Amino acid sequence: MIWEIFRQEREGLPFQHGGSLDAPNLAFAEAYARELYGRRDESFALWIVPREAVDEVRDPYVADVFDRDYRRVDGYSLKVKLKEARERAGTAGAG
Amino acid sequence: MNDTEFQAYVQEGGQVETGDAMPDDYRKALIKFIEMHGNSELMGVLPEREWILRAPTLQRKLALTAKVQDEVGHSQLIYRVVEDLGKPREACLDDLVAGKTKFHNVFHYPTKTWGDVAVIAWLVDAAAIISQKALLKCSYSPYARIMKKICWEESFHILHGRDCILALMTGTDEQRELVQEAVTRWWGPLMQFHGNPIPADDDPMYRWRIKSQANEEARQQFLDGYVPQIWELGLTVPDPKLRKRDDGVWEYSEPDWDELKHVVTGHGPKTKERLGFRRWSREETVWVRNAVLADAA
Repeated sequence: MIWEIFRQEREGLPFQHGGSLDAPNLAFAEAYARELYGRRDESFALWIVPREAVDEVRDPYVADVFDRDYRRVDGYSLKVKLKEARERAGTAGAG
Repeated sequence: MNDTEFQAYVQEGGQVETGDAMPDDYRKALIKFIEMHGNSELMGVLPEREWILRAPTLQRKLALTAKVQDEVGHSQLIYRVVEDLGKPREACLDDLVAGKTKFHNVFHYPTKTWGDVAVIAWLVDAAAIISQKALLKCSYSPYARIMKKICWEESFHILHGRDCILALMTGTDEQRELVQEAVTRWWGPLMQFHGNPIPADDDPMYRWRIKSQANEEARQQFLDGYVPQIWELGLTVPDPKLRKRDDGVWEYSEPDWDELKHVVTGHGPKTKERLGFRRWSREETVWVRNAVLADAA
């Protein structure tokens, strides 16, 4: 049985995929994961997940297919509008 | 995507994951390359294992045991990648002990003294880490990802190797002689390690961007990084032609490519004995695997 191992390098950091291992059950998976991914004190925590439990959704199916730029940073362009507003207010070039 | 388009895709920096469609030739090349790497990690512990009981101090014994465990751990991680590509670990081990697949030239040689152990940890691991660092950019992402962890541990081994070397070099004349003899013994195999200087474009591993570095480029990097370190300790290298040109390129005597070919095809001084040991230990431990699997069933 294949297990995917995610490691957290230090407390508070996000978990990252480290690799996988082959173990017949959770007890062995845990023992192997500690040996393979933690024995040099390189991980603060480990997530040990059966491969089948991981559901992957991948580009181009991750983001919404419709144009919803109001949900993204690039949906807002302040530069031109700010310039115009400053000109109206007579503060253009002030900063 | 046909094969040509796929090759262009990876050449332009495209990455590949386990579940992706890929040309058969790419999959075969990956298996061949990665399996050989896994074999080398597993066989590479045998020359060092021979010195665990003879290590000069308890500290060295523990450090060497830890290094051996690291290398076996690497082979486990690497065989896992091969398994996901379609070749089970048991099949890899079958082929290894049957002599059907290869492992790195340097692991076919004997370790005569503790000086050899120090030189292996220092220079053989240094040569290996140069190839492995280039694999961080491999087009096959699962392999590149585990390489990050492997390189981190390998750099630890070089540290351990340098420490062993420096302990000997600051010791007695006899100890310095041990190191010099070992450097002299290992120089030939080290120069062969990165392979013959075929142009990158003729190397299928390079075309698929499994490797991202030509053989000669790796060797030059090794020479540039380590020859000065060898010289500064007062050690010599058994190659009168070795020198760095003004343009930064290292010149050296042509390595013995016939020896390399002869050794990696299973005719090294220790090939038979080490494969025999691997076969024996696999038979001896079959009850452990059976017990583990029976317990889990």
